[in-house]
Amino acid sequence: MSFRKWWLIGLGISLLLATVSPLASSSPDGLEKVAAQQGLNSHATHSPFQVAAGYLFPGIHNETFAKIVAGWLGVMVLFAAVYSIGWLIARRRSPSSP
Amino acid sequence: MHIPDGFLNVPALAATAAVSAGTVGVAVKVAAKKIGEKQVPLMGMLAAFIFAAQMLNFPVAGGTSGHLIGAALCAILIGPWAGVIIMSAVLIAQALIFQDGGLAALGANILNMGVIAVFGSYFIYRLLIKILPDSRRSKLTGAAAAGWTSVMLAALAAALELSTSGASPFNVVGPAMLGIHALIGIGEGLITVFVISAVMASRADVLEMERI
Repeated sequence: MSFRKWWLIGLGISLLLATVSPLASSSPDGLEKVAAQQGLNSHATHSPFQVAAGYLFPGIHNETFAKIVAGWLGVMVLFAAVYSIGWLIARRRSPSSP
Repeated sequence: MHIPDGFLNVPALAATAAVSAGTVGVAVKVAAKKIGEKQVPLMGMLAAFIFAAQMLNFPVAGGTSGHLIGAALCAILIGPWAGVIIMSAVLIAQALIFQDGGLAALGANILNMGVIAVFGSYFIYRLLIKILPDSRRSKLTGAAAAGWTSVMLAALAAALELSTSGASPFNVVGPAMLGIHALIGIGEGLITVFVISAVMASRADVLEMERI
C-alpha cells in the first residue's frame, strides 16, 4: 500500500469515527464526574463566544446530524491545520538541509 | 479531561500557560530540524484521528464515561515533540470551535494532555522497548502501558492544578481523579494497542521512522 493511500485511509477512518460519534456515551467524563462530586460545577464559566459548542453544528435542529457535521468539521479543520503547520515547519527546514 | 474556565486560579493559569507556550516553542524548533516529507501528512492524519476518537466517550463504572486522549499514540507513532504540536492543535480547536475546555485553561489542558501525557507515555514506551525483547508483543505491551500511564499522569496533573487553585484539597481530588482515571486508562491502553497493531499490520515501517 502506498503511504499516501495509507494516510488517506486513516483520514477516512477519522471521518467514519466522527460519523458514529452520536453513539458515544453521554455520561460525564472522569473530570466532569469528579467536579460534580466536589461541587465545582457551579464555578464553571461559559466561553464568551460559542461556535459549535458541545460538538453540535449551529443551525441544525436534529442533534444527531448536528453532532455528525460538527465532527466532520473538526476532522477536516484539524487535518488541514496540522498538515499546514507541518508543511510550514518542513519548509523552514529545507534551506539548511542538504 | 478538559478543564473548563472557572476551576483554576490566576497563578495556576499563568504558570501552566507559560510552561505550555514554552514547550510548544521548543517543539516547533525540534520538529523543524527533524521533520521529513512523510511526517507532514502523518501529523495531519493523527490530529484528525485523535480529534474524532476523543468524541467517542465509552462508558466506565458508575455513570461515568471516558474518552481517548491520544497522547500515547502520538508519542509512539511520530514522537514526543511532534506529539506536543498535534495535541496542542487538537486542544486549541476544541476550545475555540467546540467550547470543550476553557480558553483561559488552555495552557493547563495542553500541559496535562499535550505535554505531560505525551512525554510520560514516550518515556514508558521507550523504557519497555529497551527492557523487553524486540518483538511485536513487546511493542504492544509498551503501547498498553504508555496509554494507561499517560491518562494517570494527566489526571494527576489536573488534580494538582485543581488543588493548588484551592478548588478542592489534594487528598480529596487526587484519589478521586486517579481512581476513575485508572479505569479510563484501561480504555486508553486498549485503543492504543488496537491502533498500533493496525499500523503494524498495514504499514509497519511507520513505527521504524525517526521519532520527532
